[in-house]
Amino acid sequence: MSAIGPVAAAVFRESVRDRVFYNLVLFGVLLVGASIVIGQLTAGQDVKIIKDLGLAATSLFGLFIAIFIGINLVSKEVERRSVYPLLAKPITRPQFIAGKYAGLLLTLLVNLAVMTVALYTVLYFLARGIPVPIQGAWDAPALDPALLKAVAMIFLELAVVTAVALFFSTYSSPMLSAIFTLGVYVVGQFNAELKRFDAIVDSPAAIAVAKACYYVLPDFSRFDVKLAVVHGIPVPGAFMAASAAYAAAYVAALLFGAMVIFARRDFK
Amino acid sequence: MRGPAAAAALCLAAAVALHAAIDRWPAPAVDTPGLLYVRSPEAARRAALSYRGVTADVYWIRALQHFGTERLAGPGHVKDYSLLYPLLDLATTLDPYFSIAYRFGSIFLGEPYPGGPGRPDLAIALLKKGLAAQPTKWQYMQDLGFVYYWHLHDYRAAAEAFQRASEMPEAPNWMRPLAAVTLAEGGHRNASRALWTELAKSEEPWLRDSAVLRLTQLDAMDIMDAWKRAKDQGLNLPIPNDPSGTPFVLNPATGGIIVSPQSKLFPLPGQLEPPR
Repeated sequence: MSAIGPVAAAVFRESVRDRVFYNLVLFGVLLVGASIVIGQLTAGQDVKIIKDLGLAATSLFGLFIAIFIGINLVSKEVERRSVYPLLAKPITRPQFIAGKYAGLLLTLLVNLAVMTVALYTVLYFLARGIPVPIQGAWDAPALDPALLKAVAMIFLELAVVTAVALFFSTYSSPMLSAIFTLGVYVVGQFNAELKRFDAIVDSPAAIAVAKACYYVLPDFSRFDVKLAVVHGIPVPGAFMAASAAYAAAYVAALLFGAMVIFARRDFK
Repeated sequence: MRGPAAAAALCLAAAVALHAAIDRWPAPAVDTPGLLYVRSPEAARRAALSYRGVTADVYWIRALQHFGTERLAGPGHVKDYSLLYPLLDLATTLDPYFSIAYRFGSIFLGEPYPGGPGRPDLAIALLKKGLAAQPTKWQYMQDLGFVYYWHLHDYRAAAEAFQRASEMPEAPNWMRPLAAVTLAEGGHRNASRALWTELAKSEEPWLRDSAVLRLTQLDAMDIMDAWKRAKDQGLNLPIPNDPSGTPFVLNPATGGIIVSPQSKLFPLPGQLEPPR
């Protein structure tokens, strides 16, 4: 297990070297710029719109990082042949996969943490000049701690997306991995529709396939609590815990799958 | 590397200068109708993936811009608010809890032409959609009552809506008397003034502004009536200014005065109908 740490640290360092965190500057500019412009464009609701925008940007930026770095995690090492000296070291292939995953997850965590701080900061300054009675009419306070629930769910979603990207990265080219991962992400957003397939289709076989896909494919729509949080609708802790367990199980399944595939790959 | 960098800076400066020069010959003004690429709210909801909140905001901002652009357009432009309801429908399908889109949207929709589309029926549809999403939101029921009262003059329906709003959780205690006043004095200016005075106490600035405008319109109607009474008694009074400071104009049909189309208060309820 001790070999996982150095691999993860190397992935994190590489992310820093690749200027991945430059997206934070873009995020900051987007939020601050929007907070200035939104007030001119909308009749009130600035805080709601900044929350929507901040959470959407957090999710979207994280998604791009998870996909476009995730797909290169293994395939780039194989292409560059840097995987050979790595595997010659006292490190097993499963440790290599786990380390790569942990490194990207750490990158995403740091990214998300900074974005969350930036979002709260912008919300603080936005709400500062607004009288308390007007704030009372909002669905949720500007500095609502429940926003952290939405961020936590985004992190869970990104953890699954990263695992999907890494899984494809172990046996496919970066281009194909990106297409597959994006495909799984989009299908995962519509997963709930598969459950209701029997309402529009009569064929029992088609219904059975749709049901199977519903349970096998990741249900990304489960991780979306952004609207609820923005409107101050409670998100139960049990739901959060169940979603975390679901994400953990899915990630574990994908990582074990990736380890099996990677262990069987012949690099000769 | 200095040469290419200087060349790049020079070319950029030239492009900026040319852009400024081109602006001297503005493009011919073409009065094109607005366009909405996605009309199906369900299709938009699916296409937005997990970014429904922010997509709803975009449609809401578009609705505001559409309303504002048409409302403030010059006299040569035929005001067309046909995209307003589809945009609000999209925004509220993407975010079913988008309170301001229902409440402000219903005000926009009910506004008489040319200040708005003059479609209280669509305002009611939008508010009923909001009530379907949040059945205990007394504010939507209250707004429904206002649409019935102010635009449709259906005082029985208005009183029923106020009564139902008063029975909802967290409804203010003035809602129940409002229902009774509406039923007893429906159509009376005093009852109307009582309704808007309560709304003017709202915590939401845009709602307060709307209520203040209505109250000022009621004041204008009082001045118009007083002027007509004085004239009928044979007094020769000058044409006064309305409460916004714009002079009233003579109404040849009644011999009285009405608010000018240039006034901020134009049109008063029932003064104009949208083009069919």
